[in-house]
Amino acid sequence: MTPKNQNNPSTLSIRNLTIEYQAKRGAVQAVRSIDLEIYRSEALALIGESGSGKTTIGLGIVRLLPSTAKIRTGEMIFRRYNKTDYKLEEEFDVLKLNEREMRQFRWKECAMVFQAALNAFNPVLKIKDQFGDTARAHGYLQGEALKKRAYELFDLVRLDPERVWNSYPHELSGGMRQRVLIALGLLLDPPMLILDEPTTALDILTQRNIMDVLKELRDKLRFSLVFISHDLSLAAELADRIATVYAGRIVELGNVYDTFQNPRHPYTIGLMSAVPTLTTHRDNVSSIPGSPPDLIDMPTGCKFHPRCPLAVEKCVREEPALVPTTGPDHLAACWRWMEAKQFLMPNVK
Amino acid sequence: MTPPLIELKHLTRRFQVKRNLSITAVSDVSLSISAGEIVCLVGESGCGKTTTGKMIAGLLKPSEGEILFNGQDISHLKKDEWEKYRLGVQMIHQDPYASLNPSHTIYDIVSAPLKAHRKTGSDAATRAAAIELLESVDLTPASDFLDKFPHQLSGGQRQRVSVARALTVNPKFIIADEAVSMVDVSIRISLLNTLLKLKEKNGLAVLFITHDLALAKYFAWDGRVGVMYLGKLVEVAPARQLVEAPQHPYTKVLLSAIPEADPERTRHKERIELRSMDVPSLLRLPSGCAFHPRCPYFAGEKCEKVIPQLTFFNDDSAVACHPVAEKRLLQIRN
Repeated sequence: MTPKNQNNPSTLSIRNLTIEYQAKRGAVQAVRSIDLEIYRSEALALIGESGSGKTTIGLGIVRLLPSTAKIRTGEMIFRRYNKTDYKLEEEFDVLKLNEREMRQFRWKECAMVFQAALNAFNPVLKIKDQFGDTARAHGYLQGEALKKRAYELFDLVRLDPERVWNSYPHELSGGMRQRVLIALGLLLDPPMLILDEPTTALDILTQRNIMDVLKELRDKLRFSLVFISHDLSLAAELADRIATVYAGRIVELGNVYDTFQNPRHPYTIGLMSAVPTLTTHRDNVSSIPGSPPDLIDMPTGCKFHPRCPLAVEKCVREEPALVPTTGPDHLAACWRWMEAKQFLMPNVK
Repeated sequence: MTPPLIELKHLTRRFQVKRNLSITAVSDVSLSISAGEIVCLVGESGCGKTTTGKMIAGLLKPSEGEILFNGQDISHLKKDEWEKYRLGVQMIHQDPYASLNPSHTIYDIVSAPLKAHRKTGSDAATRAAAIELLESVDLTPASDFLDKFPHQLSGGQRQRVSVARALTVNPKFIIADEAVSMVDVSIRISLLNTLLKLKEKNGLAVLFITHDLALAKYFAWDGRVGVMYLGKLVEVAPARQLVEAPQHPYTKVLLSAIPEADPERTRHKERIELRSMDVPSLLRLPSGCAFHPRCPYFAGEKCEKVIPQLTFFNDDSAVACHPVAEKRLLQIRN
């Protein structure tokens, strides 16, 4: 099931992407020259605390950033493949699209489901009209054909089609709304789907249901999934690869099994130890000291050094680049990645 | 025997929805909490855990049942005794962005209860007390924080101010309602550790309300966890026992649904499937055991017709489930 990265062609290549927000105090450096490949039909998790820049990356991909944001540098090469023989059909830079092309790109090539599912709907439109609007804007099926397609999607996300189709958003529970949004996102069969905090603020059993639905959808539809979350266990459950984001940079990137087995960046290790799970012993849980950096007035060198137990003089002076560690597919941006696990997780083999 | 610090007896709370229609948010909950004990209440949204907390804090009146504080029913307290009770029981709210007045400095916020209840004589003494309180919640150096406004603080720091404010009146009992859910994951644990430290130092009892069972296990390591479902307490047990050997079907389902931060384990975890995904409305509660339409261990007519009572066992656990109670009673008899 897990796609092999080497042979798997990429759907989106992000190169040197820098995004800043203008604030009174100065420029908020939300995303700082990141490089990232998103492969065909893989699930990539962007993990980090609030304010790390993970949502900005997602918004940047569909170019729905607020007006105070500016994409300073970078390119985002999107590749569309034929759905049957997987031949490359088209290749373009998302940042070079004009507004009209961009509107078609969103949803058709890449759909995004936002956090807080209720606010994403128009409260006075029935679900069927929300689907109708989207379909019309993209010159897609109408009438019975649209209904048929929507019913198929509702079945996939385990909703009762009859009931949902004629409901208003407020008549549905949080978990149902989240599934309707996922179905709506998939309406045009996009090769890429971005989910921002898909299970936050949902109850445990609803979260489980959403996770199961997402797994099934990926098996059946084989789209690339990028999900943004602060929840490591969600990543463990769903992701093929994990990117840890800190202070606007990807500080660790690797296969999910490898990352959990052998985390290389002290921040990833810190996050893993900071979240108690059902099986961890109380003594193995500890917070990361300090608080996330001010993105306007950032520390010198490695941005994690003020909170890092392994920081040495070099870390204060020079920011490490994201480089291969034990293998070409497991990258970390840390001067001391070789010692990190041994020092910070002595109890783990 | 000294009575427990707080004892809930058949506590019920109804809310009027329409003229002839009310919902029972909390129904027949009995629970006692001793001095210095930690109890976590866990459950999904709408299960009544916050309503229970608010009733104990005196913010809502129970519809039925009583709350005993040191053996005394709080609804019969006289004015000055009631005031004493309210001081003894403090609440920490979920959202530190909404619970602190944005136009007051941290000093104003922490000193207001000190002044109102004449805890300190002079201004100098108030200032000294405020500094001590901030330091006790690990906001150091406290002098840096006193003259700041809430917006200058991070979420975690604000929540620490809320804790300091709750401590101004030397409470015996703290109700923390989802107190860390708005705080960044990397610093949640240090905030909980501060609460644990204060509990040790001041002998506080804490009722911690959360939806996160893993967090409940961490926080109530030596205490107890209670699980609520649709207004009812369905299981209470020592925290680790509850997570490692759950008894009530609902607790089992919850635990099996939670993902683990380990890809190997979480993808091969055994899952218990519900019979139905639909959560019944509080307006039309199922008869008998409220969980029976969804229960994977549904055992027929009794579950449908008779409301199971919380049965206590000698391992400190209590379960409200017919099949489980019968099985355990059988084991005891043999």
